[in-house]
Amino acid sequence: MKLLYFAWIRTNLGVSEELVDVPSEINDVRALLDWLINRGESYKAAFSDLNHIRVAVNQEYVDLDHAINTGDEIAFFPPVTGG
Amino acid sequence: MIRVQREDFDIGLELAKLTKNNYKVGGLTSFVGLVRDIAAPETISSMTLEHYPGMTEKQLEHIETIANQRWHLEASLIIHRYGKLDLGDQIVLVACASAHRGEAFEACHFLIDWLKTKAPFWKLEKTASGSNWVDAIDADEDAANRWFSK
Repeated sequence: MKLLYFAWIRTNLGVSEELVDVPSEINDVRALLDWLINRGESYKAAFSDLNHIRVAVNQEYVDLDHAINTGDEIAFFPPVTGG
Repeated sequence: MIRVQREDFDIGLELAKLTKNNYKVGGLTSFVGLVRDIAAPETISSMTLEHYPGMTEKQLEHIETIANQRWHLEASLIIHRYGKLDLGDQIVLVACASAHRGEAFEACHFLIDWLKTKAPFWKLEKTASGSNWVDAIDADEDAANRWFSK
């Protein structure tokens, strides 16, 4: 699956997008976040407070219990500040 | 109609195009968002807007569809810029045309409230001491939710 990061999540991680292969038991957003947090300190810091994280799967807002699949585009970003 | 662009826009030209030859329009409202200095006591030297290409357009089209279902509009327009902007620059234009002012005012207010909490844009302000991502504020979320508790 393709992961995208925006705003301070992108700058803190030092990466804007990456392709990842996750174990098959990672089947929802919450499980993916738990998996990401174990990839290193920068991930742990970026995703420590989920109140400040918004998630979109295939460009639609979703909740943490939303199911994910291999071909999905999953974006993580802070609350938006446009307008 | 929605547009996401780096370039500036001409308000007069955009509003004129929106209602051209449509004589059912009796009221045209618009909202223009500008880059203001919000880094007190420092001064912003520039503002950079990042966005999520693809999702931005989808979200703006979605909220425009909702506005057109809720109010009877003859025309509507959202233009949102991204990239590097200076103090006083135009960021966003929302315009709604309707037979009467009431629907045009309400739809325009709804669109700007809603896009501020749903359109995936993020502001990075630059001052003399460095760059900071602007935090979202609860008041914006409250303003957007108000439209769905009426």
